[in-house]
Amino acid sequence: MKLRSAMGALTALGMVMTASTAFADAHSSGTLNSVAGNGSVQCGVSQGLPGFSNKDDAGNWTGIDVDFCRAIAAAVFGDANSVKFTPLSAKERFTALSSGEVDVLSRNTTWTMTRDTQLGLNFAGVNYYDGQGMMVPSSLGVSAATELDGASICTNTGTTTELNITDFFRSNNMSFELVAFEKADEVVAAYDSGRCDVYTTDKSGIAAQRLKLTDPNAHTILPETISKEPLGPVVRQGDDQWFNVVRWTLNCMINAEEMGVTSKNVTSMLNSDNPGIKRLLGTEGTFGENLGISNGWCANIIEQVGNYGETYEANVGADTPLKLARDGSVNALWTQGGLMYAPPIR
Amino acid sequence: MAYNTEPDRHGGDDGGLAALIYNPRARGLLFQTILLLAVIGFFAWILDNTISNLAAQNKKSGFGFLEESSGFQILTTLGTYLIESRPGVATYFDIFWIGVVNTLAVAVVGIILATILGFMIGIFRLSSNIILRGFATVYVELLRNIPLLLQILFFYIVVLRILPGKREPGYTLFNGAFGLNIEGLFAPYPVVREGIGMVLMAFIGALFLAWAVAWIAKKRQEATGRQFPSFWVGLALIIAIPFTVFTMVGEPMNLEYPRFLSAGDELPDGRTVSRIKAGYDIELGGMVIVPEFLALLLALSLYTASFIAEIVRAGILAVAGGQTEAAKALGMSNGQNLRLVVIPQALRVIIPPLTSQYLNLTKNSSLAVAIAYPDIVSVFAGTALNQVGQEIEMIFMMMMVYLVISLVTSAFMNWFNDRMRLVER
Ligand SMILES: N[C@@H](CCC(=O)N[C@@H](CS)C(=O)NCC(=O)O)C(=O)O
Repeated sequence: MKLRSAMGALTALGMVMTASTAFADAHSSGTLNSVAGNGSVQCGVSQGLPGFSNKDDAGNWTGIDVDFCRAIAAAVFGDANSVKFTPLSAKERFTALSSGEVDVLSRNTTWTMTRDTQLGLNFAGVNYYDGQGMMVPSSLGVSAATELDGASICTNTGTTTELNITDFFRSNNMSFELVAFEKADEVVAAYDSGRCDVYTTDKSGIAAQRLKLTDPNAHTILPETISKEPLGPVVRQGDDQWFNVVRWTLNCMINAEEMGVTSKNVTSMLNSDNPGIKRLLGTEGTFGENLGISNGWCANIIEQVGNYGETYEANVGADTPLKLARDGSVNALWTQGGLMYAPPIR
Repeated sequence: MAYNTEPDRHGGDDGGLAALIYNPRARGLLFQTILLLAVIGFFAWILDNTISNLAAQNKKSGFGFLEESSGFQILTTLGTYLIESRPGVATYFDIFWIGVVNTLAVAVVGIILATILGFMIGIFRLSSNIILRGFATVYVELLRNIPLLLQILFFYIVVLRILPGKREPGYTLFNGAFGLNIEGLFAPYPVVREGIGMVLMAFIGALFLAWAVAWIAKKRQEATGRQFPSFWVGLALIIAIPFTVFTMVGEPMNLEYPRFLSAGDELPDGRTVSRIKAGYDIELGGMVIVPEFLALLLALSLYTASFIAEIVRAGILAVAGGQTEAAKALGMSNGQNLRLVVIPQALRVIIPPLTSQYLNLTKNSSLAVAIAYPDIVSVFAGTALNQVGQEIEMIFMMMMVYLVISLVTSAFMNWFNDRMRLVER
């Protein structure tokens, strides 16, 4: 009796201690292991940005950022559906990532030096090169951003947007009032009701949010681009293996496009003699194993999600409501004069 | 105590370790110690885990960030009037205080409004007038049962939709002293000059005088039974004395009215007003209360008033009916009965739950972020946190703010409650 309870207490204490070491391990390294253990990737996306991450009428998540989450799941599990989405506001996103609530953030997030060095984040690449723009009601008759002295401006809180707009107005010696909301929908509602003269965010974001206005055609996007906003997927610092998985998921999609491998032809491409394609699709070498996943990782991504160009055109391209034409833009492949360039798989 | 009732089955003859384990006191102590160690171990583990995770993620810690300057503009609010807020100049510590001031501003004004409104509705609930009673019932049932966040968003959007646009003077009062449009409520801004200190001193002196008059009048009433209108006399003193001093020292304060500019107007520096710049310009005078504050204030006070109304109703009902009958028998009017007999007794029931409503209102003000009002959660634990990334330190500071506000509110209400307690003679 006496001994058993004493032993019980000691065992409990011991269990707490072992659990502690186990937890510490799971958190600081081995995201890939914990993802594999959970059976799904927990992916942080935005709360509703058409073309990037947005729920369609049937309640399914769609968008280029969502497709990237699916691609990670396809790489890790061979199943693009083994992914769960956590919608996050701009303000919440980094805390959610560093606390381990999500495994990766794929949410129109700008790669900046502060975020990279001070916030404990690692950017795995760029999946959309963007810049900040401004939209005004056409009725105001403004044609350049330098005419905006005294304007009131609506935007999202916790973003680079707030900093850029402040810099822009300060350096042009203009006064302004900044009204910063947490949720994108509230920014749109406030701008739509006339609270602000200007709506500012990433240009892709403007193209998307404009669709939510009562009369999208009554608004003009000003020509100026006031910042560089390289948007890309983000992971926690300190876990190189997981960082590699996410980074090479992106590189796989870009390389596949460059080599002409698409979701339509990937099955036939598996028989290709081209050594580059063989390495890409895992019929030669152990590139997947070196990442800690299967050698067919990239073939799975392309088959189930598509290459970079395919996800671009399907979600934000010229034929979508966003109408962000890719030809001749910075988001074209480097072979087409754009910036999309991935290191080789070899 | 309980240990001693347990029979000591083995006595002391076993000796050594066994005896110690069979001794209920020793055994109790042992388990307490183990538990304590486990708890300490648990917290040590959390701390250690946190530190090592932060290190693994390469994150900074400590409070050094408070001295760094911030790079974002903040909405014009009480906080930005009182504290340095210029981007590039204001530090994160300034941002923290701006958040604190803004939280306090909406909480204090909200508490005052909610109390006044709550008492009125609560009394209406018991009115014999069916319209008043019906209105109060509908009010309470409606507002108590709709989630506060929805109400805040609703008021905000409604306020925005109703108000005239930025480039119209909107609703004006007193010849342009006040103006209300979608940019907010524009009001005169007091500009003070030398001599205002005298007026302030006169005001404090008048307060003291009024208090002395009231005290003497009370003593006299206790001694002789003769009444004295000490409230009105006091009020007259508090208004008249500072006003006289104000005119004597040459009116050391004037009100700067808000200026409305139309496109094409000429500015003092010769520039003409552009289409964008048209509207009220507080750089030229006056001040603004932004619609975000107004909507939040409205929603918080209307919502909390519905709870206070129920507390007030319960408090009044808790006063025995015989008290009112006795007051009537003494010839008191309805108003006198309410003011002198019922409310003082009801307050004893009302104050404790009222305190928790005050605390609720303060904490609910953190929903401000939904409508862009820069309170502590929105501007410090939101915008600034996203630039600095030190969650633990910043959330800790924010929690301390709420804790201190709550403790001070409770302390004040406890003191008030003590004063209202039945003094038994
Ligand atoms: N790229 C910027 C801004 C990102 C951002 O959050 N933009 C807003 C406006 S487009 C947004 O995505 N809102 C969507 C949402 O919150 O669901 C950053 O990383 O700071």
